[in-house]
Amino acid sequence: MEARDALEMARGIGADKPPRSLRSSSPRYGEKVIKYVLVACAVLSVLTTTAIVVSLLVPTIGFFEQVSFGDFFSTESWAPNLEPPSFGVFNIIVGTLSTTLWGLLVAIPVGFLSAIYLSEYASKRVRKVVKPILEVLAGIPTVAFGVFAVTFLSPLVGDAVPGFIKTPPFAAGIAGLAIGLMIVPIISSISDDAMRAVPGGLREGAYALGAGKFTVSTRVVVPAAISGIVASIVLATSRALGETMIVLLAAGKSPNLTLDPGASVQTMTAFIGTTATGDIATGTISYDTIFAVGVVLFVMTLVMNMISIRLVRKFREVYE
Amino acid sequence: MFSEMPERTRLATAGAQATVASNLQRQRGSEQLKGNIFFALLLLAVAFALIGLIALIVQSAIKGAPAFGLNLITEGPSTINPEDAGFRPAIIGSIYLILGVILLVVPIGVGSAIYLEEYADGTKWWNRLIELNVQNLAGVPSIIYGILGLAFIVRGPLDLGFILAAGSLTLALLVLPTVILASREAIRAVPPSIRDGSLALGATQWQTIRRQVLPASIPGMATGVILAVSRALGEAAPLLLVGAAQFVTFNPQPFSADGYSAMPVLIYNYALRPQDEFRVLAAAGVVIMLIVLLLLNSFAVWLRNRYEQQW
Repeated sequence: MEARDALEMARGIGADKPPRSLRSSSPRYGEKVIKYVLVACAVLSVLTTTAIVVSLLVPTIGFFEQVSFGDFFSTESWAPNLEPPSFGVFNIIVGTLSTTLWGLLVAIPVGFLSAIYLSEYASKRVRKVVKPILEVLAGIPTVAFGVFAVTFLSPLVGDAVPGFIKTPPFAAGIAGLAIGLMIVPIISSISDDAMRAVPGGLREGAYALGAGKFTVSTRVVVPAAISGIVASIVLATSRALGETMIVLLAAGKSPNLTLDPGASVQTMTAFIGTTATGDIATGTISYDTIFAVGVVLFVMTLVMNMISIRLVRKFREVYE
Repeated sequence: MFSEMPERTRLATAGAQATVASNLQRQRGSEQLKGNIFFALLLLAVAFALIGLIALIVQSAIKGAPAFGLNLITEGPSTINPEDAGFRPAIIGSIYLILGVILLVVPIGVGSAIYLEEYADGTKWWNRLIELNVQNLAGVPSIIYGILGLAFIVRGPLDLGFILAAGSLTLALLVLPTVILASREAIRAVPPSIRDGSLALGATQWQTIRRQVLPASIPGMATGVILAVSRALGEAAPLLLVGAAQFVTFNPQPFSADGYSAMPVLIYNYALRPQDEFRVLAAAGVVIMLIVLLLLNSFAVWLRNRYEQQW
């Protein structure tokens, strides 16, 4: 029987009743309430962002009413709590860049090569052991890395290379080393995922042409996974820029406009961390300075995060 | 396979194979050297990371060893007698902080994840905005959350003052994106056929979520929550800004304005002091934290493996 005939017949039987709707028979207000409660939960995260932006911007506007843009974005000395104050923020921006740079110099080769090992060379059993161990590194509190840096790495390097650390035990390079160790798992884990997402066919094609494992890894797999690898590095950079406890403990607090790994530097996070402790009076210029520095840091990490989200999405689109 | 072939064919195939292999071998002389050096570099990189991890754990244990004892847990901090000092108020503070984080983050995080996975229409701009926003929040540095806590929770609109609950709230906001992302993964792992089956039997959307999706995704969510909580437990930077005072000798209370302390903050304060006795205390504190975090992480992994459902 044709479906239409069946429909006609069914209509004929229940001709006096309106056609049955597939909508639920009662309004079910409870379902709606639950949905709105869930929406409220999700909206809270947007409110958090709004709150972050508002709480950063309002005092920052107050700050720039007293300090000019030119005075802030300058290489003058950084001494916001002295009389007369001086606000050359590049001193602490360079401090942040210094510890980040030294951290990345450690973490990029170690993380990237570990990822190649895990994805291309390691047997399934080795991988099953090594990967979780590397991820333990990601779970260690940063204050532990800081204590490790100042009580172990700093004396170790200081003894090995006398004169390297200008003001023991503080040095940007020591903080960088600890930061590097901290962000290795970010790079290795995400890069490993990206490389494993490269289809086996690409590797087999290269092997069939006579390529060895080295060539396949470096010429086929790495280029194919490059967006994921770059994303992992960008994300690790963002984490390094925002790291606070390690630099507070190991980089010192003297604002120095230098990339020298042996020099003590103050980073943006360290400035916020030392200045904002205790009862700092609202409305003072030191209080507002925290927020102005916070804006610079927030913008830098935000740009990094957006780039990494874009790149990760790209490698997902290609192969999954 | 070869045994079924005639003798001549088998020999010919084997010969051809050997020729090809030796040809390729010969061509790859320098290639092989490069390959070996590369492999050595890879092992070196992995070894560096593993040695770093081992050095951190072993060094903390050795450095902290003189301070090991019940004192660490039962005594408060002291600037006069570092030998007898401990972490009691900080441990209690951390426990309160974490309980607060769990209370706040579990319902809100899971609720957001349910909305984004089960209700939200991904093609609508506002839902995409929420998604992008959560991803971005996950990457905001923890000290920025400290600033938020200081300006918005301790002072400003909420005006709670420097109390432990304000610290909890700050940490909860910090780990909320992690919980949302992990819970979404767990919900997404439940196959759509389960939902379809439930809906086809006449269950409403919420009944389907409540009785089918949530029970199936609880292990995954629990793993995510535990990992997020262990992150909150180790965070010190935001707490510096929202009033985790340096040396609190009494047991902190959640809503008291007398001040509070937390494990990572006290470790930091001990480590800042130049005297070696305090450095020893800091290392011992690190060992306590590492043990707790390792237990939490292992529990999370165990939970995932034990209850992970194969569909």
